Amino acid sequence: MSSTTAAPESNSGYDAAEEFLETRTPAQRVQTLLHNYPWLSPAIVLVISVIVFSLLNSRFATPNNLSLITQQVAVVGALAVGQTLIILTAGIDLSCGAIMVFSSMVMAKTAFDSGVPGPLAILLGLGVGALAGAANGLLVTKVRLPPFIVTLGTLNIFVALTLLYATGRTIRDAELATGLAWLGETFTIADVRITTGVVVMLIMYAVFAFVLKYTAWGRHVYAVGDDAEAARLAGIRVQRVLMSVYVTAGVLYALTGWILIGRVNAASPNSGIDANLDSITAVVIGGTSLFGGRGTIVGSLIGALIVGVFRNGLTLAGLDVYYQTLAVGILIIVAVSVDQWIRRARA
Amino acid sequence: MTATSQEATPAGAHAPQPVLQAVNIVKTYGNVVALDGVDLELYPGEVLAVIGDNGAGKSTLIKCLSGAESPSTGQILLDGHPVHFRTPLDARNHGIETVYQTLAVAPSLDIAGNLYLGREERRSGPLGSILRMLDGGGMRKHAKSQMTSLGIGTLQDMGQAVESLSGGQRQAVAVARAAAFSSKVIILDEPTAALGVKESAQVLKLIQSIRERGLPVILISHNMPQVFEVADRIHIQRLGRRAAVVSPKTISMSDAVAVMTGALKVVPGQEVEVDEQGTHAVDPSAQQH
Repeated sequence: MSSTTAAPESNSGYDAAEEFLETRTPAQRVQTLLHNYPWLSPAIVLVISVIVFSLLNSRFATPNNLSLITQQVAVVGALAVGQTLIILTAGIDLSCGAIMVFSSMVMAKTAFDSGVPGPLAILLGLGVGALAGAANGLLVTKVRLPPFIVTLGTLNIFVALTLLYATGRTIRDAELATGLAWLGETFTIADVRITTGVVVMLIMYAVFAFVLKYTAWGRHVYAVGDDAEAARLAGIRVQRVLMSVYVTAGVLYALTGWILIGRVNAASPNSGIDANLDSITAVVIGGTSLFGGRGTIVGSLIGALIVGVFRNGLTLAGLDVYYQTLAVGILIIVAVSVDQWIRRARA
Repeated sequence: MTATSQEATPAGAHAPQPVLQAVNIVKTYGNVVALDGVDLELYPGEVLAVIGDNGAGKSTLIKCLSGAESPSTGQILLDGHPVHFRTPLDARNHGIETVYQTLAVAPSLDIAGNLYLGREERRSGPLGSILRMLDGGGMRKHAKSQMTSLGIGTLQDMGQAVESLSGGQRQAVAVARAAAFSSKVIILDEPTAALGVKESAQVLKLIQSIRERGLPVILISHNMPQVFEVADRIHIQRLGRRAAVVSPKTISMSDAVAVMTGALKVVPGQEVEVDEQGTHAVDPSAQQH
């Protein structure tokens, strides 16, 4: 059959190949490269900033300081995993930090109040995270509200639920059940102290990097964010994919809640206040498009590291904390501008 | 020269069993009657064009055939057996693939990813069954041979993102996807509506290579020259009914448009005379409008 369909091109009256022979300018080549590897530009920024801060201050590249940066990045970095999944579907989750804190309170308080064993309390917390994600998912898929509005509402709801449930009380240190603070423990590799929480974060990244790249579900997440209607016509159950993304993200936020307990060695209803927007910052700086369908999970890790390196480096340089915030703001604008530039090249 | 009747039959002398047949399809939306008892027959290996004015019911008819809508009454037969499609996935599982005018591809996925979108193939062994890992290399290889067999030789790199392709090439990917997985029928809904002249020619060439493979095609189009170039028979839809089925060899474009708009009426069983020049000399009794 194939031999008969290899039709001669000569009499067709046009040369379809000519479209491919168009020459590209160097700027277009860079655009194409950045387009194919969205994590490339943040990776370059990270490498340059590490080099610059190392030159500016000799204390920057010490094992202790690098260890500190990884610990500071762990919570926002882990939170950004779930956030990346949602942003890839062209959504956004403003409630991620609130779900994280709520789950961490559930873990600590069920163990403290009712004597639930630590591992079971952690499972309960993960379940609450899944339910919270499912609530967001149902509002997005069934009530068909925009994710921004849904999570703006649930942000307030989860914050309020956390405060009501915790009754303003922080559960700290010795009050934490066994296992709850486990992700705050450290071990040493080549003089760098690493917390188990950082390891869990890296495992989260490794798992979802694999899932997004090599499984059908991962491709469907991209396809839904790319063009939901095209995905539906291709036979993908769009609402089901969206629902699974929100539930998965909820579980990942709860897992981050466990890391949070280890990081601050306490479960407090007032911790992680900035985490909602910081996770979005990490994802955006990491090269994932807010319009969905484009980006990588590794980019979000790099994005979180860039923010951590900037904050740490500017502190060591003796600059006021306001300048750190200023620098992060500029980074966001630059990152989104680069994304727009890359997208324009394709239109 | 020859006479064409309302029931233009396919090239063979004896009409074989239709692959896809719609019998007396009625579709109403509230008080609006979109389809008022439509019949349609698609025979093996033919390109059947469906033309009609806006509101004539061609989109609704196609939606019923592709599973996007369910007919209110009437029957759809596939190879002579009644079928009921509730979703496009149902129709697809029966071997009916549809290509839409809206370039329904995921721009940031590559060509192979789009070809296999929604039916990805997993690796064999534990990597596939436990880790659910996809067989990227295998899908790219199959995508490549599929594209080559359809004569889309210009697309070499199956790892190329679809958004880097032209509109015609994107539509070629969508048509290739349909051709790769269709076992019975391919429905093309205005496949060239969003395309330029050169790109349309690419898609028309594709339609011809699909016919050479023996797959029947239903082509919905507004573009008369394109319809007359590729169609074997033309189903003319008017006011929710089938006004006529004609052969592009025996009817002129202007006559087809006249039937479509109601200026020329074809009475069932009565023959429309078409003379050597292709201009019509119709029985006056048939001309009612």
